[in-house]
Amino acid sequence: MNQLPTNHAFPTHNAIGELIRHLFPGGAVYINGFLTIASLLLLVSILPVFLIWLERKVAAHFQARLGPMRVGYHGLLQSTADGLKLIFKEVLKPEGADTFVFFLAPTLPATATFLVMTILPFDRHLQVADPAGGVVYALGVSSLSILGILLAGWASNNKYSLLGAMRSGAQMISFEISLALIMLLIVMLTGTASLREIVLSQNGTILDWWIFKLPFLGLIAFVMYMISSTAELNRAPFDISEAESELTGGFATEYSGISFAMFFFAEFVNMFVSAGLATTFFLGGFLAPQIGIGAIDAAFNFIPGFIWFFLKTFLVIFLYMWFRWTFPRVRVDQLMYLEWKMLLPANLVLLMSSGFFLAMGWIL
Amino acid sequence: MNLQPVNNHRPDRNYIPPGFKNAINDDETSEEYFLNMGPQHPSTHGVLRLVVKLNGENVLEVVPHLGYVHRSVEKVAENQTYLQNIHLTDRLDYLSSHINNLGYCLAIEQALDIGVPERGEYIRVMVSELQRIQSHLLWWGVSGMDLGAVTTFLYGFKEREIITDIFEELCGARLTMNFFRPGGSFADVPNTFIPRVRDVIKRMHLALDEYKILLTDNIIFRERTRAIGILSREKALSYGCSGAVLRASGVSYDVRRNDPYSIYDRFDFEVPTGTVGGCFDRYQLKMEEMAQSVRILEQAVETFPNGPYRSREMPAYKLPRGIYYSQVETARGLLGTYIVAEGGPKPYRVKFRSPCFSNLSALNEMAAGHKIADLVTILATLDFVVPEIDR
Repeated sequence: MNQLPTNHAFPTHNAIGELIRHLFPGGAVYINGFLTIASLLLLVSILPVFLIWLERKVAAHFQARLGPMRVGYHGLLQSTADGLKLIFKEVLKPEGADTFVFFLAPTLPATATFLVMTILPFDRHLQVADPAGGVVYALGVSSLSILGILLAGWASNNKYSLLGAMRSGAQMISFEISLALIMLLIVMLTGTASLREIVLSQNGTILDWWIFKLPFLGLIAFVMYMISSTAELNRAPFDISEAESELTGGFATEYSGISFAMFFFAEFVNMFVSAGLATTFFLGGFLAPQIGIGAIDAAFNFIPGFIWFFLKTFLVIFLYMWFRWTFPRVRVDQLMYLEWKMLLPANLVLLMSSGFFLAMGWIL
Repeated sequence: MNLQPVNNHRPDRNYIPPGFKNAINDDETSEEYFLNMGPQHPSTHGVLRLVVKLNGENVLEVVPHLGYVHRSVEKVAENQTYLQNIHLTDRLDYLSSHINNLGYCLAIEQALDIGVPERGEYIRVMVSELQRIQSHLLWWGVSGMDLGAVTTFLYGFKEREIITDIFEELCGARLTMNFFRPGGSFADVPNTFIPRVRDVIKRMHLALDEYKILLTDNIIFRERTRAIGILSREKALSYGCSGAVLRASGVSYDVRRNDPYSIYDRFDFEVPTGTVGGCFDRYQLKMEEMAQSVRILEQAVETFPNGPYRSREMPAYKLPRGIYYSQVETARGLLGTYIVAEGGPKPYRVKFRSPCFSNLSALNEMAAGHKIADLVTILATLDFVVPEIDR
């Protein structure tokens, strides 16, 4: 692989981008920009459909049943059909709801996830933008989705929605701190906040991935990331904001049709983004796993990076689904206890000890 | 009646829902409000309605509202013959319909002095215990789901399905059985019954271990149920609780042991009791009850006799003038059947003493002071069936 130029806008550094630059030297920037956004939009609209199908299938097989089987091969088109149904359904607004905020709220989580998606390094040369402070950007932008949930809860004029939104707000803000500290750890180790360079810093064999570096600390950090991000995603066992057995539907109780679909889709894209970030930080991102055996390594290197990225991301997504269909739900006070009294101190200790390890040069 | 439209924008702060004494505290720092849970709510299992006074997330007071599935079972029973009434008892606690049938038949047998042949008694005990396991399996699955572990629901149903199949073979019904008759049951068990029960016993041993790993030993589950919904021994007795709710509070009272009916006195089983009276005690106790039911089944399978399954059938069941009472231990507790007869083919009055009604009345005692999520946990471990509360 050739050394990359130092410019940080990457969308065009692949074959298509070069071709367009060659054909239209003047408008290449705009055409390439449009193409990247369009392809990302396509991904964002296909991903949740697939992920919802996957979730249902994984759930079904965990529960010793088959799940969707009728629409398409093994129900592959089931979520497409459901999505279409949701689009054509009437959008209801409860009496006394704040119309503007009520319809604004579902767009915010969707926007936030889309914005974070732009900095995910899918491949060496497949990334919409790679800002130098990518980690900070990811943290900041993903917080927008909290706003959407809070607004939804407030605007619905429903006590269940309000309870769900308040729970969710408290939960996401708390766990954001843990998440930020773990990201800080990675930034400290790699010395860069650009997601692409974080991936490139793990170049080498599997043992160079951050999950296996720093004897055990990398693994602990990964586990903590998984806990915090599950809470951040409002997924079981931390799905207290939409706990259907307590709050019927949480913040989304009053939403129907496409506005509910927006929340639902955003949730799944968010899961992909979170898993993608885990892949980037801990699992070597788009890098092929190298195990030190020449022939296998060469074969793995032959597979394009974005396939590795998706494979690893879906592995992490499978973990999220595994949690969801195994654990009972925690209570709201237990969740706060977990964050403020256990995860946060543990995070700080982890950060300090990693700093110590780093200073002593025990990165391995 | 006030038919003015309700203003959703500004609810009346002085409104006191029925059952409560005070309106909400309306100063600036107060976070008190009334929340209506049900009758359409995922965790009230049917059409129970709870009005909850909350302070933020904390439950201050709960008032249950009944009557959403009231079908006047007791009144209907006055207009039907004694035999026709058996199917009404199915519709009380539909998860232990065999045991309800049994309770009603026991009262008639007591009145007419009908004996039950040996085989008939064995069928009764075995079917009752199968029913108890079946009911507890559903409860286990559903209470897991109430706590957010959806998978338990389907795992519980896996074994439950086998038992339901046995019932279907017995009497053609999977839910409302109408199987027992005064003097035995309306049909003999098929030849496949004993092998199938053996299969259930074998599977239940494995399943109970699996459930332990899946839910009981889960740290989140333990933390969710620990020290939640504690009902003291005195309170449990004074509210008239029965079944697992009473035994979890430390009172060893099981109708099968303390007032044996049918041939329960011949079997060797334990009556598990709790110590604290909290949600985890109630949960653990019900799990133990399943193991004990399996134990009874194991003994019954070994000594299952041949012979007639029903004593002589009467052309018409006319109870002599008098008052008859029988009680059985359903999956939920003590079900009393009280019949006032005037000599005719129809009862003068039938009254059921349902365990769920008494157990539910202790809800406020348990839930006040806990979080709203704990209210759901308590509802799950109370294990009520709403049609039995309303009748």
